Amino acid sequence: MLRFVENLIAAGVARGTPLLFATLGEVFAERAGVLNLGVEGMMLLGAASGFGVAHLSGSAALGLLCAMGAAALLALVHAGVTVSLAGDQVVSGLGLGFFGGGLASVLGADLVGLADVPRLPTLELGGLSRVPLLGPVVFSQNLVVYLGFALLPLAWLYLFRTRWGLRLRAVGESPAAADALGIGVARMRYAHVALGGALAGLAGASLSLAVTPGWVDGMTAGQGWIAVGLVIFGGWNPLRAALGAYLFGAIRRLPLDLQGVQSLPLFRNPNLGYFLDMLPYLFTIGVLVFAGATRRRARAGRPARAGAPAALGQPFIRGERGR
Amino acid sequence: MRLELRPRLYVSPARSALSTAASVVVALVLGGLLLWAAGVDPLAAYRAIFDASLLGGAYALSDTTVKTIPLLLCGLGCALAFRARLWNVGAEGQLLLGAWAATGVASFWLPAASLPSPLVLLLMGIAAVVAGALWAGIAGALRAHLEVNEIISTLMLVYVAQKLINYFVFGAWSEGGFPLTPLFPESAHLPRLADWAERFPSLSGLTAHLGIVVGLLACGLVWLLLKRSVWGFELRVLGDSPPAARYIGLSVPRRMLATMLISGGLAGLAGMLEVAGVVHRLQDRFSPGYGFVAIAVAWLGRLNPWGVLLGAFLFAALLVGAKEVQPGGISMMLQGVVMLTVVAGDFLLRYEVRRLEERTGA
Repeated sequence: MLRFVENLIAAGVARGTPLLFATLGEVFAERAGVLNLGVEGMMLLGAASGFGVAHLSGSAALGLLCAMGAAALLALVHAGVTVSLAGDQVVSGLGLGFFGGGLASVLGADLVGLADVPRLPTLELGGLSRVPLLGPVVFSQNLVVYLGFALLPLAWLYLFRTRWGLRLRAVGESPAAADALGIGVARMRYAHVALGGALAGLAGASLSLAVTPGWVDGMTAGQGWIAVGLVIFGGWNPLRAALGAYLFGAIRRLPLDLQGVQSLPLFRNPNLGYFLDMLPYLFTIGVLVFAGATRRRARAGRPARAGAPAALGQPFIRGERGR
Repeated sequence: MRLELRPRLYVSPARSALSTAASVVVALVLGGLLLWAAGVDPLAAYRAIFDASLLGGAYALSDTTVKTIPLLLCGLGCALAFRARLWNVGAEGQLLLGAWAATGVASFWLPAASLPSPLVLLLMGIAAVVAGALWAGIAGALRAHLEVNEIISTLMLVYVAQKLINYFVFGAWSEGGFPLTPLFPESAHLPRLADWAERFPSLSGLTAHLGIVVGLLACGLVWLLLKRSVWGFELRVLGDSPPAARYIGLSVPRRMLATMLISGGLAGLAGMLEVAGVVHRLQDRFSPGYGFVAIAVAWLGRLNPWGVLLGAFLFAALLVGAKEVQPGGISMMLQGVVMLTVVAGDFLLRYEVRRLEERTGA
């Protein structure tokens, strides 16, 4: 039983890491007031381009960097349409998602089934990796998992303990006030949408180069959308969002583990596995119900709108009254 | 030179149509550049797309019509919901559920082979509308009463629907272990043009089916509902300003739920027409993502039913034609580019860009 739990948590943390990157990226973009629904497409582009570059160059690290660059460039398209041209963020983001997914499919057409592509290494941290529970979960993971551990506190510190984070939140809450204080609203939005893209690209590449190595069309299987849901669940806070991401990693892993358990009816009828596969998606809806209930309770206590940045989804053009 | 933005107070339908058409042209040019960069000859690709879908005679037009049908119905559903600013982006899941329910009626739940065809088709249609409406209704109720973001919930329900279909297609309803259900009895097939080939030989091989008539009727009905009924007016008020809707005494949650039910019902009907008119069974991946393309269709049609019809036809042509072009994924990419350029083009509808007059001293 300990082994089962140990494996589940360790695998959950590994599988949750791409989700963590994507969620953190979306937190930054939405904190700036820009909803980017193209996460799925940016992840796919990151997965395909990262895998492709690793294949051509022989360096997984270079693949990771190129994936971040490619997805950040893609995100800038969304920034251009929604920030400079004040376009509808929902439709632009959906369009970006299709565009990224289609582009990844075109670029990745020759990459399907390639096996001898470099991967990012798994690092066992000496004796620590043999500590029960903590060893497999924290100290013998893939490089990207450690990257996630490092990024998480940095994201929180940036957002809540630095001047730049304060400016970012101001832009997302009240762009007009931020503008009056001399903060470049458009510049902040461009920068953080691009940062969100880079993190989504990192998420995609950590899938194709580490967690589930290889390129398959549509390999993100809705994780980009789950990330958008986790941002809401996490109340636009990196720490709570991370909790959700790791939890989801474990839930994605659960069907695989349960299929091996002999006493379940599943073992006799493998088709029932399709119902287990629904779990992550149903669970996403479940956590949003939970988050909605929390929000309503919070509102009952104090009138301020809890959670979402006040200007989320609204374009800002100087001199124009906000909607 | 300095530029100044002036908000336009009124946008004429002609300007709006012109801007949309220009956006599509820009999208085709940008898409062509991307294809060229990806090593595909864009002119040859576009020619192949147009030949296969529009210019290739009766067969090509018939194929395009067949794909127009599900895009039209899903697009109408999306447009209706979007008009109320409810982002039902899960038409694909509602379409799958509709196809599933129609298949149940045709092959499993009723002795369809011994019933008159119009009755079977009617029952299939009703089952599909109900199934699609309920599937969207889940997201609608969650949004209306529990504040669950409908973009995420409708999308998540697409994945759930896909797994559900897989369970039936690969398992419970599978024919001999293949990922498809048994063929429907004749009474559950929608009439096709080719059915009259004995009397009119020129119709032989044409697969366009009765669904296009259903689609056009739905288009007219949605137009009446949206533009000529009190309900539609209130729906538009809800979309433009929820506080105003509350102020005039509308029950916003009930409107939201009703809108989602109708939206999902239309997508469910699309699923029934697809299985009864084209594949005649439920099978793995029978929809190439009609419900997702419908999002672009609705936006390209400016959320106007007749615009949706035009958009559905254009995207159907793209879907038919893109099958001829390698690699796959090109049509999805172009769809994304079209959505981005149309949204970007809106800028010139909302604002007038003028050169700022330099003020000269006295």
